[in-house]
Amino acid sequence: MSQLTESETDWRSDFPIFKQKVTYLDSAATSQKPLAVIKTLESFYNTTNANIHRGVYQWSAKATELYENSRKLIAKFLNARPWETIFVRNATEGINLVARSWGANLKKGDLIVATVMEHHSNMVPWQELAKRTGATLEYITVTAEGTLDMNSVKELLAKKPKMLAIAQVSNVLGTINPVQEIIKMAHEAGSLVLVDACQSVPHMTVDVRQLDCDFLVFSGHKAFGPTGIGVLYGKETLLRGMEPFLTGGDMIKEVKLEGAKWNDLPWKFEAGTPAIAEAIALGTAIEYLSDKIDAVKNHDEELLAYAMEELQKVPGIMIYGPTNPIDRCGAISFNLADIHAHDLASVLDDNNVAIRSGHHCSMPMMDILKVPATARMSIALYNTKEDVDALITALHEARKVFRL
Amino acid sequence: MSMFTEVIMDYYRNPRNRGQIADAGISAEDTNPLCGDVIQITATAENGKISDIKFDGKGCAISQAAASMLTEHMQGKSVEDVKNINKEDMLKMLNIPISPVRLKCALLGLKVLKMGAYAHLGSELSREEAESL
Repeated sequence: MSQLTESETDWRSDFPIFKQKVTYLDSAATSQKPLAVIKTLESFYNTTNANIHRGVYQWSAKATELYENSRKLIAKFLNARPWETIFVRNATEGINLVARSWGANLKKGDLIVATVMEHHSNMVPWQELAKRTGATLEYITVTAEGTLDMNSVKELLAKKPKMLAIAQVSNVLGTINPVQEIIKMAHEAGSLVLVDACQSVPHMTVDVRQLDCDFLVFSGHKAFGPTGIGVLYGKETLLRGMEPFLTGGDMIKEVKLEGAKWNDLPWKFEAGTPAIAEAIALGTAIEYLSDKIDAVKNHDEELLAYAMEELQKVPGIMIYGPTNPIDRCGAISFNLADIHAHDLASVLDDNNVAIRSGHHCSMPMMDILKVPATARMSIALYNTKEDVDALITALHEARKVFRL
Repeated sequence: MSMFTEVIMDYYRNPRNRGQIADAGISAEDTNPLCGDVIQITATAENGKISDIKFDGKGCAISQAAASMLTEHMQGKSVEDVKNINKEDMLKMLNIPISPVRLKCALLGLKVLKMGAYAHLGSELSREEAESL
């Protein structure tokens, strides 16, 4: 295995939180923030704070410029156009927006397709949409290896769904789904596709034109940005045809007592004062990520492969999902012998190793794996081989504590 | 100090009173969605006193060890006594530092026992008391 580049240690030092000696392996839940992002937040409130789009004074003009520039940066990162790039609170809100606004056109008998490995955020809004409209929701199944069953994809697409909702990378299994191929198949079957890119954006280039997805969402806080800000991308023609999700200030062009005319894209979907500072800081995060995304991809792949290799050596380990690290991105779910995942996470915490344990907002997937919970380690660009080594040492400690 | 002391591990690995009593006068079950813990408690009462008590279930070490300790503690006590056992009593029995997120695991057995005891006495565990656990 090749050596990880020296730049990894430089990246780690960009994150002030790592002055504390904690092995943080829960970036799939939320990432840490580089100093540049923290400084953007601080500087906005220290120097420029004002509401956007309305004020004619300097601060407001500057805040508006920063907010819209951030949108442009993010659009460029996704290879989208700025007016197709909508600020939302998080991926969950983005999916709810699509399920409400686009979903309003669904009728009884229409079919929506999701996969069993979706995060609850890409499952429950579709369940609710089906309930509201009388549409049906069916799920693409997974193989024993934790990859999508392509026969199941074909069978469901043959039923001519209206929408297919799919994660680019599973937050539980770490599986990289062949979304580009599936999008092509879905389009041939006449279905739109919404991609949940929460777990892919921090690790790889995500190009909406190349994917040809119809909608795509990601949460800013998982991609080195602040909480409370996320992005929905939608194809312009689709967004134009959709009614607003939330209504109120900023999303209107003209209001009379009898009614209102909607604002242009993207503001039609941004009702109320948005998370201005967070949106601007997300731009900083994306700028930070985009200039090193190829190196990050290599780093993350190598580190995950190393983690797989080392985890497999721990006696009693049970790893879920694809065994070949090349089919994975960012995360590894596992259990250690009969130790409950929460107990394992508690022992690791005693050893200053932070991992996630539980159902990872994917309870149906736990049923499929036939476990109540799993432990999950996930990495980001600031993690190192030392972090993996600390995890392995702590796992051996857990074996001792649990008398294995 | 870790939660996983020798005593806790002993109760987890060698649980006392694990099982179910058929035709038990007291019987209740509940789950803790955080860990997916399930605890069932069955007990028989004679003249208002608990003559036999068992727990069953699955889940994390804390929930299972706590339930096991509780069954030992309750042997021979009156059913009415169950009302007076509180969170502090249970934590004293466990004698470990419980992090706030794991409290629900530690107290699940007690909650289930209270549910069963109240039902046996013809009432039910109030929301207020359940919240105090």
